[in-house]
Amino acid sequence: MKTRFDVNGREVEVAVEPRLTLADCLRHHLRLTGTHVGCEHGVCGACTVLVDGEAVRSCLMLAVQAEGSKVVTVEGLSNDQGLTPLQASFRKHGALQCGFCTPGMITTAHALLSEEPDCDADRVREVLSGNLCRCTGYVSIVEAVLEARAAYKGSAR
Amino acid sequence: MKMPPFDYACPATLSEAVALLAAHDGGAKVLAGGQSLVPILAFRLAAPKLLVDLRKLTDLRTIKLTPDSVALGAMVRWCDIESDARLHSAHPLLVAAVAHVAHYQIRNRGTVGGSIAHADPAAEMPGIAMTCEAEIVVMGKAGAHTIKAADFFQGALTTALRADEIIIEIRLPLWPAGRRWGFQEFARRRGDFALAAAALFYDMDAAGKATNAHVGVIGVADRPLRLPSVEAVLNGAIIDAATIAKAEAATTAAVDPDSDIHASGAYRKALVGTMVERALKMAAEQTP
Repeated sequence: MKTRFDVNGREVEVAVEPRLTLADCLRHHLRLTGTHVGCEHGVCGACTVLVDGEAVRSCLMLAVQAEGSKVVTVEGLSNDQGLTPLQASFRKHGALQCGFCTPGMITTAHALLSEEPDCDADRVREVLSGNLCRCTGYVSIVEAVLEARAAYKGSAR
Repeated sequence: MKMPPFDYACPATLSEAVALLAAHDGGAKVLAGGQSLVPILAFRLAAPKLLVDLRKLTDLRTIKLTPDSVALGAMVRWCDIESDARLHSAHPLLVAAVAHVAHYQIRNRGTVGGSIAHADPAAEMPGIAMTCEAEIVVMGKAGAHTIKAADFFQGALTTALRADEIIIEIRLPLWPAGRRWGFQEFARRRGDFALAAAALFYDMDAAGKATNAHVGVIGVADRPLRLPSVEAVLNGAIIDAATIAKAEAATTAAVDPDSDIHASGAYRKALVGTMVERALKMAAEQTP
C-alpha cells in the first residue's frame, strides 16, 4: 500500500505492507535509525516518536495508519548547530549509558515538557515509567529532564 | 515479533466498516487505537485476514453529557478523558480509574471502545463499565442495539460482541452530585495492569446511611466482577470502621482468584479486600 506522511518536516511516500509497523517503516524504508526498536510489543518505549505532536509507540502503530500525519523522530529533535537544551541536559547529567533507550527518553521528555513545562519530579517519573532503561540510570534521566524544563518555558524548544 | 500478513481497510463510514466485517465472517478485526490488538498480532496470537481501521470515523470520538448519561464514543482515548474538565464533576469515578490506565504514550492512542472489546480481566474500563452498569452500544449489520455490561463480559478476552459488530458508544448512567465513591488500584508499577483494584460508589439517605451501593473489582477473576454480597453489607449501613471491616471480609469471601506468574491467588484475595477497604475509606472521607 502507498502511504504518504510528513517526517521531520519532509513529505514522504512509501510503499509498505499493511503489517509493517511505523517503527520499522522509519528505520528500514526511511533510514531514520535513531528510532530504536526494543520489545516490539509496546512495553519498552524505545520506539517513541511524536505523531501530530503526541508521543506514541511506533511499534504499536501501523505505517499505513500514519497517512496524512506529521511524524517527528529523535532526528527531528536535533539540529546542526549543536546540542538542544534537552540534549545538553542529558549530557550534563550523564543521563545515558549504553544509549539504547535514549531516543525514546528524548522524544517522550520533549512531548512532556512541550505540554507541561512546569511538571514536577513525580510527574516526570510517572511519564517515564513507560520507558525502560536497562542500565538503570533513571535518577540521572529524571534530573536531566527536570533541568531542561527551563528551556521549554515560554517558547517550546 | 513481526505481525502476520493481513489486508487493511480504512472506511469513511460506519456502515462501510460493518459491511466489511460482515463480508469477512469472523476473518476481520476492528482496529481502534491498536494498543492491545497490535501486541496480540506481534505475538501472533491472532491472524485476521483484514484489519478495519476506525480512525476516519470521527463521530466516535466525542464525549457527550446527556440528561441521563455520560456517553463516551468508542474512539475516545484515555488522554481525551483526562483533558475533559467536565468529567471531573460529571463522572469522577471514571476519571480516577482512567488515571491508572497504561503509560503516557499508550494513553495517547488507546481507546475506551478498544479496551471494552479486548476485555482484559485486569483492565480498568471494563471494571468501571461493570460497577456503573454501563450500556454498550454496538452496531452490526442488523442495526444498533445495546448490551448491558453484565451480559457483555463473558470471560477473559471474551465478550458478547459478534463478528459483524462494532462498539460505537459506552453509556454510563448519570452521576448525581453528592455521590460518594472510591477507586483504589495496586500495580507493581504505575500504568501496569492491576494486580487488583476496586471501584465503588454509594448514595446517602437522609439518615446518613448508604443506599444504592455498587462495588466492582478487577484482577481477581476471568472478568470484572460486581460483588452483591459486599453491596448488601453497605446498603442501609453507616459507612464507619465496623462496616468497612465487614465489607473487606465479605470481599475476600466473595472472590477466589487463581495463582499466576504475577501473584498467588491468596495474595490477590487479600489484596482486593484491602483495595475495597481503602476505597471505602476514601468514599467515607469525601465532603460532597
